[in-house]
Amino acid sequence: MFLALLPFALVIAVYAFGSAERLAVNPNDKLLPGWTSFVDAIDRMAFQPDKRTGNYLLWTDTYASLVRLFAGVASATLFSLIFGICIGILPIMRATFAPFIAVIAMIPPLAVLPILFIVFGLGETAKIVLIAIGVAPFITRDIALRVEEIPREQIVKAETLGANSWQIITRVVLPQIWPRLIDSVRLSLGAAWLFLISAEAIASQSGLGYRIFLLRRFLAMDVILPYVAWITLLAVIIDAALRLFQKRAFPWFAGGRS
Amino acid sequence: MTTISIRDVWKEYDDQVVLERVSLEIEPHAFVLIVGASGCGKSTLLRMLLGQEQPSRGEILIDGTPLPPEPGPDRGVVFQRYSVFPHLTVRENVTLGLEFGQAPIAGRLFGGARKRAIAEAEHYIELVGLEQAMDKYPSALSGGMQQRLAIAQALITKPKVLLLDEPFGALDPGIRADMHELVIKLWQDSKMTVFMVSHDLSEAFYLGTRLITLDRRRNRPEERERYGASITHDIPITRRRENRHRGIKLAEGDVL
Ligand SMILES: Nc1ncnc2c1ncn2[C@@H]1O[C@H](COP(=O)(O)OP(=O)(O)OP(=O)(O)O)[C@@H](O)[C@H]1O
Ligand SMILES: [Mg+2]
Repeated sequence: MFLALLPFALVIAVYAFGSAERLAVNPNDKLLPGWTSFVDAIDRMAFQPDKRTGNYLLWTDTYASLVRLFAGVASATLFSLIFGICIGILPIMRATFAPFIAVIAMIPPLAVLPILFIVFGLGETAKIVLIAIGVAPFITRDIALRVEEIPREQIVKAETLGANSWQIITRVVLPQIWPRLIDSVRLSLGAAWLFLISAEAIASQSGLGYRIFLLRRFLAMDVILPYVAWITLLAVIIDAALRLFQKRAFPWFAGGRS
Repeated sequence: MTTISIRDVWKEYDDQVVLERVSLEIEPHAFVLIVGASGCGKSTLLRMLLGQEQPSRGEILIDGTPLPPEPGPDRGVVFQRYSVFPHLTVRENVTLGLEFGQAPIAGRLFGGARKRAIAEAEHYIELVGLEQAMDKYPSALSGGMQQRLAIAQALITKPKVLLLDEPFGALDPGIRADMHELVIKLWQDSKMTVFMVSHDLSEAFYLGTRLITLDRRRNRPEERERYGASITHDIPITRRRENRHRGIKLAEGDVL
């Protein structure tokens, strides 16, 4: 535990040192603001209403971003689950769609973003679709692979117990896919954040990414750095929550892996 | 009481003949042991009895009617591995067979039906000696316990035929001996016919009422593809039966 904290402490110490050095030379330096500027900035963004809109900006930005992230990842997950299971189970589906999805996965999603803006306008839909398109091919392929990994013996065994195809999917395949789906979503969240912030940077009126790129023009490091730290914290919390949920909801999964 | 007729069955994969001219009449309540070299087609024969694969030629009759072309609840199976469902507890694994049969859409039972199914499952779990592990997941069970679970799970649909493909191949000798006692007891207390693939001749003579050996009659490399294995010996076993009823075990490695 202590060893894990060490690198964090080191980074903070180096920052504090560098910041103090620069501020000693030029008290108005904006690049490495001191702790008091951070406290001011966080207070201003999180606990004082914005003069122009009356909103508490950090919270409205966080809310806007999380809604987009959630909508994008959730729709991608739903699509991928259904499609991935079909591809994993049905040889015809696999033969038809596996190469197609492999190629789709190669398209850099950001290159498609202008098309999305043209088709869906600059509103929320385009951003959500970008996130969904960005992560769905990965999750779909992962789920299809996980389904194919289920030993043939299990399927035959279910048939000897009188199972029909529907029962095999709902009682043998799907329950074993849930925890693996969580793994898959956890792995794709990094990419989802990337697409979210890119889309917000390019066309948005709110959101964490929008704020960072807006304030970049004013070199407002005192706000940008806390925002980055906040985004990181959110990502860590979401990841930890998913992992905890997986452990609680699927105790057999952790036991089988070790 | 179930009779099984295997009539001039061949199995070919692409150009390779795996089994040829396999014919067997199996009397009711037989315990058939199948032995043979690795790769000679023992599992293939079992898969055909299961309905997982179809013979290329010939036919298999069960009580005089052709075997359905897919696995079904009248033929239970235990594989060497992966026979149990890792996401279900011992109790759930065994109850599953009843739920499949009684709840075609939901796949689950509720209320009184569920209680009755669980009580029946627990009976089978006690039969195989796993009552201490009702709520455990398979990953928390030893290899022997997992195979006990697989057997209980297969028995709950009351199959006419139980197919065992090297079910104890991965177990320690001591545990294997316990498993032998268990399957003999379960077989004696039922009417089912058992087919079991084994690599161990002493096991085969100890357990079986009938021993089938599969082998290729021609084994030169250039002939391997074109000639499959067939039955080389078909031995009724009676000598050990008295011993078995008295529960005397054969020493390990005591062959023939
Ligand atoms: N689906 C298949 N497609 C092509 N060839 C197959 C298939 N299944 C089995 N074979 C071939 O059939 C032959 C017999 O296989 P089988 O698994 O029945 O042997 P076995 O007697 O059970 O061997 P072991 O003792 O190693 O389990 C092997 O040569 C194998 O390569
Ligand atoms: Mg085999």
